[in-house]
Amino acid sequence: MAKAKTKPARFHREGMEVSIAVSHAVQLARAEAIAAYPITPQTHIVEHLSSLVADGQLEAEFINVESEHSAMSACIGMSAAGARTYTATSSQGLALMFEILFIAGAMRFPIVMTVANRALSGPLSIWNDHSDIMAARDIGWLQVFVKNGQEAFDHTVMAFKIAETPSVLLPMIVNLDGFILSHVVEALEMPDQELVDQFLPPYSPRHVLNPKAPVTMGAFAMPEIYTEVKMKHQVTLTNAAGRIQEVWDEWGQLTGRQYYPVERHLTEGAEILLLTMGTLTEVAEIAVEEMREAGLPVGLISLRQWRPFPFAALRAAVGDAKLLIVCDRALSPGGAAPPVLAEVRSAFYTQAQRPDIIGYIIGLGGRDVPPEAFKDIVAKAREEVTTGPTQEFHLYGVRG
Amino acid sequence: MEKFGYAQSQKYDTYASRLMPREEFFTSGHRSCQGCGEALAVRWVCKAIGKDAIIAHATGCMEIVSSGLPQTAWMHPWIHVAFENTAAVASGIDAALKILARKGKLAGAPPKVVAMGGDGGTSDIGLQALSGAMERGHNFTYICWDNEAYMNTGIQRSSSTPFGAMTTTSPPGKESIGQSTWKKDMVAIAVAHNIPYVATACPSYPFDLYFKVKKAIEMPGPAYIHVLSVCPTGWRSATDLSVRLGRLAVETAVFPLYEVEHGRYHLTVEAPRLRPVKDYLKPQGRFRHLREPELDFIQRMIRARYELLLEKCRQPYGEFATVPFTPEPEQEVA
Repeated sequence: MAKAKTKPARFHREGMEVSIAVSHAVQLARAEAIAAYPITPQTHIVEHLSSLVADGQLEAEFINVESEHSAMSACIGMSAAGARTYTATSSQGLALMFEILFIAGAMRFPIVMTVANRALSGPLSIWNDHSDIMAARDIGWLQVFVKNGQEAFDHTVMAFKIAETPSVLLPMIVNLDGFILSHVVEALEMPDQELVDQFLPPYSPRHVLNPKAPVTMGAFAMPEIYTEVKMKHQVTLTNAAGRIQEVWDEWGQLTGRQYYPVERHLTEGAEILLLTMGTLTEVAEIAVEEMREAGLPVGLISLRQWRPFPFAALRAAVGDAKLLIVCDRALSPGGAAPPVLAEVRSAFYTQAQRPDIIGYIIGLGGRDVPPEAFKDIVAKAREEVTTGPTQEFHLYGVRG
Repeated sequence: MEKFGYAQSQKYDTYASRLMPREEFFTSGHRSCQGCGEALAVRWVCKAIGKDAIIAHATGCMEIVSSGLPQTAWMHPWIHVAFENTAAVASGIDAALKILARKGKLAGAPPKVVAMGGDGGTSDIGLQALSGAMERGHNFTYICWDNEAYMNTGIQRSSSTPFGAMTTTSPPGKESIGQSTWKKDMVAIAVAHNIPYVATACPSYPFDLYFKVKKAIEMPGPAYIHVLSVCPTGWRSATDLSVRLGRLAVETAVFPLYEVEHGRYHLTVEAPRLRPVKDYLKPQGRFRHLREPELDFIQRMIRARYELLLEKCRQPYGEFATVPFTPEPEQEVA
């Protein structure tokens, strides 16, 4: 990863729970309006934000709404009236918001939301996987995944700047793995308020609900215009990729931490690549390093940017690897493949030269994924390449 | 009490239509049905809330007839998000206005926040969001356009459909008399939230409606107004009878006009002698199938409920704590 040229001095290092770090990022971003409903494992984020508001450390209005459906609805009202808006949720809460998520995207409100990823019921599970956000992949928001607390902090601050860009004006989700990341205590580098203020100017939207310049928001569309509205949304969302990288570069210059839509670890000369998202990435890094030491040509790529899907960056990162093993943390029951595998396969379908692509679903509903699991998966996938595919995808470690 | 009820009681005895605001905020060109009582109500309510207001509207008849992209009938800043969440959207707007005012980002006084929705969007699918917003004490006025069924989707029954009414999902038949349940009492539900102002209104009594809305928006905290909106399409009534039917609803005590201010009930339009309920039911095709036993039952129920309301109006309720708590400034210790 590229190192920044200048390293400013205005930081301090502090150990804290990642949920607390996320709420500090929201505080430093000077969020003005928050509407949230408690759900495990998002609770520590909103609890801490409530205290920050109660103590006057964050000048904001915090509404304790009566459901997540109302949380997202209130966020739309907040953003429409011109306030910098934040919320956080998880799993069933995201599912209850579902209807309104599409509307927030289509109405182009730059709301920032943390999703502490958790399995969807049933059976009820409060533990981590990606089934919540994968069910909401088509909501028309920008979406990124983070692998550790520092990234969770950084991407929360950056999300406001990306989302509020006039050429973007789209809501953004920062996905972080519930419990595995949200409840972990980490040493973090925190910038001071002045630096964040320089990076992120106050939100000044062009169109707000204002009697002095009345506008109608949320008009319905007849068939003659609906497709054009959807096309505009699609083009804007896709083009936002450029702005995302710009903001990440700027943050890289300020902090020395540079981010890319697809990131690589030991991919030099790798014939076999693992692809992960979220916290699985750090576990896979350990496994890949050990396999490299044992002489296996294995590397790792991780998908940070999920929407818009980084087709070009993914193809470039895979390069001429012979085998690509995609690790999903969600199931698409009865579908062609789990969500990430399906998209990766379609990204390579048109390519003249493409690797064998094998998919594994791991870590559902909080099941632990140790580094050994990745070594095992690599061994199994290598064997499958020689014997030919046995299944569309595999559910790793499942009994019965 | 006199003809114009509330207006009279507040000593607006000089009121006449020529003194009402001429400015139109719900403009012509919208696509409501002929004789729509709801569109008439919207027009009066928008005059009452004045220019300095933001409206959040639920999906429903009034949204559909007024906001087909790229046209709009609304002169107010107006937002539609979904069906069941209008009160939540309004609470977000209220919160944003509060923080923006505190940060000095608003020029002048914050605008009034008004939420509007139909009876389905209020008493059925939107009840939770409305209850939450009223309980949290947001400074907003919620207006329910009650045309007593899901008219926009084709006259299906709601919890606000009156007993005995025919709708497409409560059809009368061998085993059915039509709607088999009594109309949900949304006003009582709103009153139970201990909010400062709750009222019923009807565009057939425009001054009463106008002044109730004015009072509601000036009152700090949540206010709820339930507006009976005659729907010729869904009620199977003649389009030139809309205003008349609204008056009959009041004169028969099917829909009494009253307000509940800080818990105190007050009848704003009192009929000296109630007309029989049949006078109201007969001109409506949706009640055509009802026989004498059902009509008698409805008459008795309406009478009993009206007596109960009069009893509530006689109760000497005092003001209760709907005023936000403001702590005393701390004394400096010398």
